Amino acid sequence: MLKVIKSGFFTTVQDMGRFNYRNKGVPVSGVMDSFSYAIVNMLLENDKKAAVLEITMTGPTVEFELDTYIVAGGAELAMSLNGQTIKNFKVHKIQAGDIVSFGKLDHGMRSYLAIKEGFKTPIVLGSRSYYKPLTNSSRIKDYDQLPYDECKSFTPKLQELKPHSLLKETVLEVFEGPEYRLLTEQQKKTLFGDDFTVAKENNRMAYQLNETIEGHAISMLTSATLPGTVQLTPSGKLIILMKDGQTTGGYPRILQLSEKAISILAQKRYGDELSFNLI
Amino acid sequence: MSPFIISIRPFGEFAVLVEWPNIVEEQILNDILDFIHHLKTNHLNEKEWEMVPAYNSLALIHRAGKIEYKTFSKELKEWYSQKSGDYAIEKYLWELPVCYEGDFGVDLMEVAEKLGMSPKEVISLHTKHIYTVYGIGFLPGFMYLGGLPQSLEIVRRETPRLKVEQGSVGLAGKQTGIYPQESPGGWNLIGNCPVPLFNKDNENPCFVNVGDKIKFYSITKGEHDLLKLQGEVGIYKLKKTKVDA
Repeated sequence: MLKVIKSGFFTTVQDMGRFNYRNKGVPVSGVMDSFSYAIVNMLLENDKKAAVLEITMTGPTVEFELDTYIVAGGAELAMSLNGQTIKNFKVHKIQAGDIVSFGKLDHGMRSYLAIKEGFKTPIVLGSRSYYKPLTNSSRIKDYDQLPYDECKSFTPKLQELKPHSLLKETVLEVFEGPEYRLLTEQQKKTLFGDDFTVAKENNRMAYQLNETIEGHAISMLTSATLPGTVQLTPSGKLIILMKDGQTTGGYPRILQLSEKAISILAQKRYGDELSFNLI
Repeated sequence: MSPFIISIRPFGEFAVLVEWPNIVEEQILNDILDFIHHLKTNHLNEKEWEMVPAYNSLALIHRAGKIEYKTFSKELKEWYSQKSGDYAIEKYLWELPVCYEGDFGVDLMEVAEKLGMSPKEVISLHTKHIYTVYGIGFLPGFMYLGGLPQSLEIVRRETPRLKVEQGSVGLAGKQTGIYPQESPGGWNLIGNCPVPLFNKDNENPCFVNVGDKIKFYSITKGEHDLLKLQGEVGIYKLKKTKVDA
């Protein structure tokens, strides 16, 4: 078991997501930054769907009860093993009784803590990703115990990686959304000419932006939405749906983020700047 | 035979959106369901594709990788034109119990007053009509129901409630519906359905499918308590009738 000593701000168990239930209204969930997630699992030579901890802002303090190996990475978040600073995107051996904690967040928003063979928390509708009310809890809490399998010995093919970081990127690659064609020239001009900033309202469900574009009176029937769908409200507010976002919506879907753009946005926090680039 | 003109649009790297004429129409919904059946039977592997129908649209989401849009949209058009249109899609009418009494119908008096009728008339109208499930979304197990009589159309509450109980039955605009989980919400609450609409422990977590029909019937507080208990232990039985297409 992994014992949660201090839960930190908001940490969840996530994997690739919960598929095949969107026609019943179940969001996909899963890691917000799939780019970082792929690397931490790859270094541990895990299944690419292995469950990890997604750490938002400040990290938890956790104690390992069994030997294993871990890799963390994503945001630039300081990490320590028994009080000694250890590196991100590097395989670390963990012995029973070891304590991992996190310190200062320099850049980014979400970090991933992967463990050899992944966390073995319960599978609900095909996924271990936390999403209340499907899972009992919306985040890990003090004294939680997260199961994992012991691994006494592992020789990684690659000990460490310096991945090309997406943290400094501010341009989101987007495709035209289904209602893009209904935008006015003025709206398009603002959308691709202006810079936007992340609003206070940002979480795993959606990121709102502070700046608005010209509003609209488009009325449409409720229709499917995806993670990365940019919705335009009648008053001109932009809402970008993320991994826990609802599966249908009634606002025009003007843009659709690429998977890479979702990973970039997942590392942004309140006030961060970004812009859209149509591809 | 393919009776409608459909349009196909790319929806990001992994999805395509197929759209029917922009109206709420049961014939359109049936044609969408028919197309889904055709795709599942002949062309698309359910393990690789998620299909999300709602009102006049169908999103096809590919799990296995990026979609080659040009080829795929062409194929889709072809497949649509080839479908026979006579699949017998299984549909059910579900009769759902609703208790309109006391706190469950916290807004019932106000709704009745605004609509110029008695609470009894509101209940009688609400339980008389048969609704069509045009979509499931917003929350796991939340049904978009069409077919509300015009006389029950009422604007949303000015200030949404921060907490609406699971099972609450509400009215808002042209819609009526049930909150499948506790959530914030701005609908006018007229009753509560004790039967869980979503159960994460079932392989099919939501018994209702898009295209199904819903009819409400009024129950007492005592019956509500009993059904609620039965729902929690999973021994309730719903009234369900097969609907002919």
